Amino acid sequence: MAWDTQRAADIIETYKHLDGPALPVLRALQLEFGYLPDEAVSQVAEALNLSRAEVHGVVTFYHDFRREPGGRTSLKVCRAEACQAMGGDALGDEARRRLGVDWHGTTRDGEVTLEPMFCLGLCSVAPAAQVGDRLVARADWPKLEEALRKCRP
Amino acid sequence: MPSVTRIYVPADSAALALGADEVAAALAAEAKRAGAAVEIVRNGSRGMHWLEPLVEVQTASGRIAYGPVTAADVPGLLKAGLLEGAAHALRIGDPAQHPFLARQTRWTFARCGIIDPVSWDDYTAHGGGQGLARARTLGAKATLEAVTASGLRGRGGAGFPAGIKWRTVHDAPGDTKYVVCNADEGDSGTFADRMVMEGDPFALLEGMVICGLAVGARKGFIYIRSEYPRAIAVLEHALVVARANGLFEDCAIELRIGAGSYVCGEETALLESLEGKRGQVRAKPPLPAHHGLFGKPTVVNNVLTLATVPEILLRGPEAYAALGTGRSRGTLPWQLAGNIKHGGLFEAPFGMTLGEIVDDVGGGSATGRPVRAVQVGGPLGAYFPRALFDTPLDYEAFAARDGLVGHGGVVVFDDSVDMARQARFAMEFCAAESCGKCTPCRVGSVRGMEVIDKILAGRDVDANLSLLEDLCNTLRLGSLCALGGFVPYPVMSAVRHFPQDFRTP
Ligand SMILES: Cc1cc2nc3c(=O)[nH]c(=O)nc-3n(C[C@H](O)[C@H](O)[C@H](O)COP(=O)(O)O)c2cc1C
Ligand code: SF4
Ligand code: FES
Repeated sequence: MAWDTQRAADIIETYKHLDGPALPVLRALQLEFGYLPDEAVSQVAEALNLSRAEVHGVVTFYHDFRREPGGRTSLKVCRAEACQAMGGDALGDEARRRLGVDWHGTTRDGEVTLEPMFCLGLCSVAPAAQVGDRLVARADWPKLEEALRKCRP
Repeated sequence: MPSVTRIYVPADSAALALGADEVAAALAAEAKRAGAAVEIVRNGSRGMHWLEPLVEVQTASGRIAYGPVTAADVPGLLKAGLLEGAAHALRIGDPAQHPFLARQTRWTFARCGIIDPVSWDDYTAHGGGQGLARARTLGAKATLEAVTASGLRGRGGAGFPAGIKWRTVHDAPGDTKYVVCNADEGDSGTFADRMVMEGDPFALLEGMVICGLAVGARKGFIYIRSEYPRAIAVLEHALVVARANGLFEDCAIELRIGAGSYVCGEETALLESLEGKRGQVRAKPPLPAHHGLFGKPTVVNNVLTLATVPEILLRGPEAYAALGTGRSRGTLPWQLAGNIKHGGLFEAPFGMTLGEIVDDVGGGSATGRPVRAVQVGGPLGAYFPRALFDTPLDYEAFAARDGLVGHGGVVVFDDSVDMARQARFAMEFCAAESCGKCTPCRVGSVRGMEVIDKILAGRDVDANLSLLEDLCNTLRLGSLCALGGFVPYPVMSAVRHFPQDFRTP
């Protein structure tokens, strides 16, 4: 969604009263707009009485926060040890090859962004992945493809 | 009125990832078609993840389990008489009698998988709330004594005695104090916090309120990682129900969600993050117990630490302290992960050996190939070869062998593993997650990757191996926190126990 100053102001207002509001505010903004453009940094800085550098520092520290829009669906593949033990590396390689993107990349049609993850807490049913909000255990490419299909409108 | 049959279909993330929602939907649809009245309860997981989705039916003679069930199995199961607990190829029988569960000693996981996680009635019918009632009767001082007497140590990794931490916060001057639950659970191979939050969230909330009463804190925060959407949803629901049932009269609890950062599991980085800053580690002292969230005295405890306290007060600290070995008292919920046949959660007193839990309980590898290496204690834990399978599972015994119990994750690898690649990954992970404060960690981890790459390419192997060891010593001695400080464990254990993998021709 394109940046909307009024909508953003409403969201900031909802969380501003919290102790230490920066993360809840940024998270809510990203959920709404899909990413955090420069306008977000400026507006949050002003509303929370922080410097732009401080807010920028926070946004760039955390893996979750995006500075550019991603694809319509995110495909997260676990790269951590328990999944490695069950072929997680090969699954990550196959996902990159099939989608024609590297980690953090978005397919040319803007459909899918491929994200590396370090553990989804599904280490007993590895390898694990998440497609949109669907969790996938004992994942292989056909399972991921099917989950991606279910995410299409 | 026709009688309604209760069916349990777990909504634990592991079950969901294996199709539990589809199974629940199929059960509802097929039961309706057959004119059978059923109530489907979405419980947590019993922890036998290789049997998920594990469907249970309440029958006249107790609960009967079937698993692993797929949506396609449902019509056949109903036809065979699932609602009466009848025979079927997938029938497990009474889940509590299953050897994997019967061998366990459950305290932290006493209710998980049994109750409806967000039903207050179910919770209180299974002992919930009694620990808090006991704490109210005892008062702050005697509650602190009980927690100390139980021998409970922090389950987040460092193993610090919970009672001593609580007393420090209790004794610290000031009116405003906080309880912070560390639900960042970033270690690969661990999911016990997630299972508690999804399967028995009130136990965690009750433990936090007991802590608040004991130390004099009226406000608590749960800091949960964003990678746990299901646990977040269950906790949000549980908070509403608990509030309506008056749980937060003395200590109010708020949920905060992380933003993807492993180092934010380190307690001072977590506090920075809660305050809305970059998750950078603070120098200690001052300890969070003296100078924690917003500068106030703060208890930071792991989910398991806090969620075990109600059960300890209910059943008595002596009974908990009677379990375990040496200075490792009570039980630990071990998490069997990776290439293992019977993956899942196994709560047992400290003292079993690594070999027992991997081979006997876990059934060896999932692939059926020989088990070659086991990483215990997350990404900063050592890799142990079979030769160390006699190591007892307790904090001191692992430390004595340059290993780590950590949060109790046990990640199994078969003989296809390349330990030099695992060592490289440890450095890569450290580089990706470093908070950037110390040079050895920030720069040394990247150097470590490069050195291992050279070793993998067969270049100056001896010289590069000794360079790697030097680097590890620098990291060990020059890092502010255990991310940089402990990454030498996986790296050097791989070098020491699997030297041949670093000399591939
Ligand atoms: C890099 C790093 C990551 C950590 N991650 C976690 C975590 O995810 N969960 C946790 O409870 N403790 C974690 N810890 C340990 C905490 O710093 C702290 O010891 C713990 O929360 C204290 O609670 P406890 O005494 O109940 O274990 C981590 C420590 C380090 C150095
Ligand atoms: S060791 Fe690494 S993560 Fe820990 S404080 Fe230093 S730079 Fe940060
Ligand atoms: S290591 Fe992949 S889900 Fe935990």
